[in-house]
Amino acid sequence: MTVLHHIAAVGHIKGPPIDWSALAPFVVLTIGALLVLLVGLLASQIARERMVPALSVITLAVAIGYEASSFHHQTSIISGSLRIDDLALILDLVFAVAAIAAVILSTREPGASQAGHGEYHSLLLFSVLGMAVLVSAQNLVTLFIGFELLSIPLYILCASDARRAASLESGLKYLVIGSVGSATLVYGLALIYGATGSTDFVPISNAITGNSVQPGGLLSDPLLMTGIALTIVGFAFKASVAPFHQWTPDVYEGAPTPITAFMATATKAAAIGVFLRFFDVAVIGAQGTWAPLLATLATITIVVGNVGALGQSSTKRILAYSGVGQAGYMLAGVVVGTQLGINATIFYIVTYLPVNIAAFAVIVARQRQRAGGEDISALAGLGARQPWLAWPMTIAMLSLAGIPGTVGFIGKLYLIRALVAGSYTWLAVVIVLGSMISLGYYLRVIATMWMRAPERESASARVPVGGRPAIAGGSPEADEADASDWPAPDRAVSNPEVAAVAVLFGAAGVFFGIIPSPLLSLAAHAGRSITGIF
Amino acid sequence: LIIGLAASALPPALMGRATAIASLAPLGIAISFLARFKTGHAGLQFVTDHSWISAFGIHYKIGLDGLNVSLVVLTTVLFTASMAWAATREWERPRLFYLFLSIAQSAVLGAFCAQDLFLFVAFFDLMLIPFYFLIGMWGTGDRVRATMKVVIYTLVGSFFMLVAAIATAVLASNAYGTNLTFVLSTLQHLQLSHTSQDWIFLCFAVAFVVKMPLVPFHGWLADGYRSMPIPAVAVFSGVLSKVAAYGFLKIVLPLFPYASVHYQTLMLVIAVVSIIWATSLAFTTTSARLVVAYSSVAQLAFIVLGIFSLRPQGGQGALLQMLNHGLVTAPLFFIVAALAVRCGGSEDIREMGGLAFRAPVLAALFLIVVFANLAIPGSSNFTGEFMILLGVFKAKMAFSIIAFLGVIGAAVYSLRVYIRTMHNTVGPKAQSREISWRDGLAIVPLVVVIVVLAFYPQFGLKRSEQSLKATMAPAELQEGLSPAAVLAVTGSGRP
Repeated sequence: MTVLHHIAAVGHIKGPPIDWSALAPFVVLTIGALLVLLVGLLASQIARERMVPALSVITLAVAIGYEASSFHHQTSIISGSLRIDDLALILDLVFAVAAIAAVILSTREPGASQAGHGEYHSLLLFSVLGMAVLVSAQNLVTLFIGFELLSIPLYILCASDARRAASLESGLKYLVIGSVGSATLVYGLALIYGATGSTDFVPISNAITGNSVQPGGLLSDPLLMTGIALTIVGFAFKASVAPFHQWTPDVYEGAPTPITAFMATATKAAAIGVFLRFFDVAVIGAQGTWAPLLATLATITIVVGNVGALGQSSTKRILAYSGVGQAGYMLAGVVVGTQLGINATIFYIVTYLPVNIAAFAVIVARQRQRAGGEDISALAGLGARQPWLAWPMTIAMLSLAGIPGTVGFIGKLYLIRALVAGSYTWLAVVIVLGSMISLGYYLRVIATMWMRAPERESASARVPVGGRPAIAGGSPEADEADASDWPAPDRAVSNPEVAAVAVLFGAAGVFFGIIPSPLLSLAAHAGRSITGIF
Repeated sequence: LIIGLAASALPPALMGRATAIASLAPLGIAISFLARFKTGHAGLQFVTDHSWISAFGIHYKIGLDGLNVSLVVLTTVLFTASMAWAATREWERPRLFYLFLSIAQSAVLGAFCAQDLFLFVAFFDLMLIPFYFLIGMWGTGDRVRATMKVVIYTLVGSFFMLVAAIATAVLASNAYGTNLTFVLSTLQHLQLSHTSQDWIFLCFAVAFVVKMPLVPFHGWLADGYRSMPIPAVAVFSGVLSKVAAYGFLKIVLPLFPYASVHYQTLMLVIAVVSIIWATSLAFTTTSARLVVAYSSVAQLAFIVLGIFSLRPQGGQGALLQMLNHGLVTAPLFFIVAALAVRCGGSEDIREMGGLAFRAPVLAALFLIVVFANLAIPGSSNFTGEFMILLGVFKAKMAFSIIAFLGVIGAAVYSLRVYIRTMHNTVGPKAQSREISWRDGLAIVPLVVVIVVLAFYPQFGLKRSEQSLKATMAPAELQEGLSPAAVLAVTGSGRP
């Protein structure tokens, strides 16, 4: 009797009702990640090397399926701490696609086998889960959980290529700097909680804008302002917004390239997504305060990123700095705080994905083929010998530079339009200036591929420019293969999956550049879901 | 419609590789173009209008009117000539070469036909990309540096134009409370405030002036022209620079009439300075190719002069001159290439000389083109320059007098090149050889067109008359009003 009563009592204080169908993507990702981890423990090598990636892809595909099916249903789950709307779903799709690409690119990566296939892929899936939680979060605590769940696996993944000093260095650097960012963030969140007395976004928003009892709200509250400033810093670390970008080039360069690709696209999307969520929803009332700050940050970021990229000799570092610059463009969309600005930012995030993945896929392919493959000179003469790699890279560079006929152009157009309409014309001019500077290095990459004769490569004896040890990128198999003669034009076939990823995403970059309407309406949908809260 | 046809020129160029077949398909299409255009007269025709990106009100609207019909013909003729010239030669990676040339052709045609501001901007940028590759992959000399210089110069201009275009549409829709649209004919009715017109005008002007190029944005010219492969430089100078001039006529004058009047003097000064600068450089340079390049700068400056006379005569002359200049400059570049072959690959006129002795046909062709270039009375260029100067004379007399120096200068430097190469003492490595069929294939038809136009300049004039008057009308109106308007503005307190 008493036992039953007891059980009933426990039953009564059960947690809030949970809408499992809406939560399905999260559940799928968690189960998939655990399953992958377990399968990775199997003794059979086939199980480890084949089944684990396959399972990861299946997990992500199922998650995508669930996400696609639940479009246009806005639900708040777990007593409003998570909100599944079109914005979250679109960003989840971005994460999942980036993760699939990363899995495919990782199939022959040394990092995957050294860290253990199960662990590697499971961490990747957990990171995706963290991102999904982060962009759905409607609550400061959930937000921080997502933030950490996204970051911690990435620290490990960066260092997964454990026999390479650069990879370890990258992981450690990311860990240290990322932790500082997290600490700053949690401090900021705590202050916001202290100022507003709530951890949910909507009450925070109400508290800031004030009500009939207390008009004006907390706009001049120093506690809140400090909190917002610290939160900005925390997010800025993750989104690699200058001046908090210092880790980016080093980490991008050192991490295994598939992970870099994943970080460059998914992490950036998550960070900008949370910027959108947090600033255009929770603290939108204080826009007058944070908008100038963010606008300044965006300006600095655009300048620093683009100027920094000019002097780089490693393609990965160029892309890292370019990523910093691009983060500045996206941040500009957040600053405007209008419907158009939100749409433009979402669109930009989505378009950023295919071209960046394509570019990193090409680097992966080159790294497998020769030592120091991430160096820009490794691209020399690629146009003549491996057009299947050169074209995606060309498209990626043109798109990042914002040349018509590519998605990047439409994205920039949208952003500039939003900025002009939102009376931030000066920020639009900054974007244009940034694009002009960026031509300097994007075109240099293209010029190297098409206009310079390839240099004969002397296998791994070559020391890459920049004084780094010549251990980058050469997996044992690739080194063996490289010992043979100068690659024949069809060398890309040795990495068909990598070339396929590059071509596919490159083609997407052009396709949506010419027919952007589907993506535009998608972005508009997602944007509308955000303003529903105002 | 037209883009579809131009795009269908792509696959044959792809498959045909280095064979002459590659150029025959575009040639056939060009002829069919010509046949179609015969029916064209003033007013917008052959309009294709689809909503492209509805979210931004961007339409895929192309069509022909009196302004662009002759330029479209010019484009196809010159590209066909270039491809014919290229087809008789060996190129590395021919497939890509023709692909890029075809993309360039599509983009240029697109820019000419675009009736949507955004479409124009997109094509304007797009046409640069194939040239980036053409120079970088098949150029000569310090090509990579030249490529960067050309592309960065022009793209910087293009970005200005992009912002200006977006600002035009957004400001117009804000001011009049209409939906966002980029369609030119609609925008024309939504005039912007004077201050916004001012800066938007300057952005467009920078983009166009860089492309032409005029002083002070000419930094890329010498490097770029020196490095380009001949077919590319022929179409670049013959057609691409015209897109910029056309942009002034088609977009700037109707959309920003106030600013056009406001900056008329500035543009005229730039044009005149460019004429003098280019002419004097053409005197001093010894590279035959650069003489042609500088002469084309001077010609383009004349065209700008004509446009910014803001008189229908000037505009007519400018349009005719665009046609003439394209037809003249392309064969000039081909002939320079032919001369260079005869002189051991050098384009330095000091090493040429005496080439006419055993090559009377080449010499005669060269002479005709040179005469056309210096606008000898009887040539179509004479008509063009005359009309331009007439227009400017009516608007601002002083400028036309200075500009006239350019005409004299043109005679001197053109004849100087001709004499130094064709007559004079025989150069050290020069071998007099008759023109080969390969060169002739490209040069002769162009020369024939020049001669025909000389007798019948109305070809271009008749069709464009009405459209041009329509284009110039708002600016003329502004100018006519300006004394009163200035009074009104000063009376009401200028901001």
